[in-house]
Amino acid sequence: MGSDLVGRVLIPGRAAGPLLLLDAPISFWGGVDPHTGVISDPRHPNHGVAISGTVLAVPAPIGSSSSSAIMLELLRNGTAPAGLLLGHNDGILVLGVIVARELGYPTIPVLELAPSALAQLPSGRSVSVTEGGSVCY
Amino acid sequence: MALRIVIEMARLMEARQLIPIASAHIDGCLYHGDGGVEFAERLVTLKGRVAVPTTLNVGALDLLAPHRVRSDPHHAAMSRRLMSAYVELGCQPTWTCAPYQVGHRPSLGQHVAWGESNAVAFANSVLGARTNRYGDFFDICCALAGRAPLAGLHLDANRRATVLVDTSAITPQLKQSAVFYPVLGTWLGATCGGDVAVIDGLPPDIPEDWLKALGAAASSSGAVGLFHVAGVTPEAPDVSTALGGQVPLRTVSLTPEIVRATRDRLSTTQGGRIDAVAVGSPHFSLEEFAQLERMSRGKRFSVPFYVCTGRQTLERLESTTGTADLVQRGIEIVVDTCVVVTPILPPSGGVLMTSSGKFAHYTPANTGYEVVYGSLEDCVASAEAGRVIRDESLWG
Repeated sequence: MGSDLVGRVLIPGRAAGPLLLLDAPISFWGGVDPHTGVISDPRHPNHGVAISGTVLAVPAPIGSSSSSAIMLELLRNGTAPAGLLLGHNDGILVLGVIVARELGYPTIPVLELAPSALAQLPSGRSVSVTEGGSVCY
Repeated sequence: MALRIVIEMARLMEARQLIPIASAHIDGCLYHGDGGVEFAERLVTLKGRVAVPTTLNVGALDLLAPHRVRSDPHHAAMSRRLMSAYVELGCQPTWTCAPYQVGHRPSLGQHVAWGESNAVAFANSVLGARTNRYGDFFDICCALAGRAPLAGLHLDANRRATVLVDTSAITPQLKQSAVFYPVLGTWLGATCGGDVAVIDGLPPDIPEDWLKALGAAASSSGAVGLFHVAGVTPEAPDVSTALGGQVPLRTVSLTPEIVRATRDRLSTTQGGRIDAVAVGSPHFSLEEFAQLERMSRGKRFSVPFYVCTGRQTLERLESTTGTADLVQRGIEIVVDTCVVVTPILPPSGGVLMTSSGKFAHYTPANTGYEVVYGSLEDCVASAEAGRVIRDESLWG
């Protein structure tokens, strides 16, 4: 632990886990299986990788407006990432976390980071997310 | 609860105020899991009622032909509960991803809150209405509140194109073909992500269905909520107006090589036997049915041929030309839902052919089928032969 990056806190909270930096933008609907937490789109470069328990760095959201619903189901099923780092907040993934909070499901911290900062994160390393929005590794 | 979510989202979107909306379109009625049902039923328990005219996107059931969907009892029961909850909230049971082709057409400059990525792209781009890409749950919250955060594509400054797309290297023949538009959209989404583009050099008389297909593909491969077509869409009488009189941040030129490569990427297999055909994403219009009827005259299909559409379109079809001829040729009309959101395709799996860029995008992950992309004519010829037949002459 030494390096820190500070992001904008969208949903506060603490998390720790291996960092998974996705190699391409993703649509959670049609891209992530809400039961298993595995990336299910065969065209995605990270196809077959589990996002559950990771600190997931998503360079950009694309595709379906149902991705918020997949996020909610991941949280409900216990298959969600431990934390979410967004290169761009389009208000869809974070919404799934807000609704989970309303329904009393476990929630996760969500930070927005500059895409250039996100791209430099060390995928695979253990990282932690602090209440104040720092990513430490 | 709905207003609390709207205010929280407004904070996250850095909106300083909420604005009244004229209508909403809700994507949250498709079953993805029990959490979504709990949310909708919570809103019903809280005596929620939409404050503006609100249409509903597809659900996970064909309510007019329930046998068509092979879902397990839990999936079917929860899908039905979810759809019922949204109707109880006062939404209209339209069950279509193309609400804009069954009468829900907000006017130029009107603020609305729409979900369903293709419908968002159409409302913004083709109608000139103003909506962000509202995710499931937020669309209904805005409908209940009658308000949306003043941010993103609701604001003039964010509707200006920053990317100029030059299509002058593409042949007029290809631009006059429906099959080009899902390919253009797929490339646009992958190239522009969420940036607003103005596309120059397309024919001024592009049918609405082609723009629908363009937007649906662009919002599948990217986060496109708005695109302009110079001389065609309402906020782009010309390139300069769409750019707001400014110099584009990027100019990209489409080439025949890019078009061919993008077309090929829409397919996961290129030839051979097919097991089914599916068209109608977004939902088929009456005009598209008329084209399919003409193309398929005298043919009998050797594989299942699914056409997905809205129930209102089916009613109009039944009251005009009828559907008997289509059914006799082997066409199955699916309403209220579609083949990539719920189990309808034969469980044996195989290869699906489609003329929809959106189906081509989502078929592999959502159905397990391999997919081949082609024109509607190609789909008809292939369905008759039981193997891929594509007219390659257009692609140079």
